[in-house]
Amino acid sequence: MEAVLFFGAALGALGGAVGVIALRNPFYSVLALIVHLFSLAVLFLLLSSAFVAAAQVVVYAGAVMVLYVFVVAYVGGGEESAWEPIPGQRLLAPLFAAALFVELALAVLGSSLLALGTDGPKVGTGFGNPDAIGYLLLEKFLIPFEASSILLLLAAVGAVVLASKRGVAPSADSAKPAPDSNGARASREEEVPASR
Amino acid sequence: MTIEWYIVLSSLLFAVGAMGILIRRSPVVILLCLELMLNAGNLALVAFSRMVGNQEGQVFALVVMVIAACEVVVGLGLIVAIFRRRLPLNVDELRELRG
Repeated sequence: MEAVLFFGAALGALGGAVGVIALRNPFYSVLALIVHLFSLAVLFLLLSSAFVAAAQVVVYAGAVMVLYVFVVAYVGGGEESAWEPIPGQRLLAPLFAAALFVELALAVLGSSLLALGTDGPKVGTGFGNPDAIGYLLLEKFLIPFEASSILLLLAAVGAVVLASKRGVAPSADSAKPAPDSNGARASREEEVPASR
Repeated sequence: MTIEWYIVLSSLLFAVGAMGILIRRSPVVILLCLELMLNAGNLALVAFSRMVGNQEGQVFALVVMVIAACEVVVGLGLIVAIFRRRLPLNVDELRELRG
């Protein structure tokens, strides 16, 4: 039963990952990533970490992916050009990825970690539930927890500054204080809705 | 399933994400491939945490999730700003910062 779940979820995760990089339309790439994230949540449940699995579904598949869908719908999925700045990059990339995979697998499997071949120690039902993780976060890892909350706040402020309409105006004015820069900017901003 | 399977799957997913970053041009898809690589790291962290029977690796995975959310927010803000300025959404053409 566990093996069936593992291989099903592993196939889903791998298929989703390949779909992300192989599908031409970015919108389908986002949908493939959602499949990948749900499969990973199943794998986390198999590793008896229920809280991480729940956070994966709620934070990633719920919140982050909605953000991606909105941005892809906003900018639209344009076709990618076939121009390669480095000749043969699309042929060399799979070779590099295969070499990276072999290297990582050899590094882990060739290590002297004897517990790798086991299922891990027996753990109780409380392993990885919100209770235990909450105690760890608020007692042992309090400073990283607070630091990540400050980081989230900074990222939110940064995104508002980056994506606001006024973010365009001051840099265009201060960089080129030409007399007609105001008119040029106004016409440029009017073009955006007209062209879509 | 033994822990080895999870680790091998995680390195495979990481390699797929790295390949995606190399072969795709659109910044949105490159951010998606970054997510793939971060999630592969998360899977390895949780698997190792199960291997030693210690929940601290899961806290690490949660912090990685927070970092990924921050990266997505700033990256998508940059993409929207690039789109507003009517620049091409192609990482090979956006290379004014290259030395």
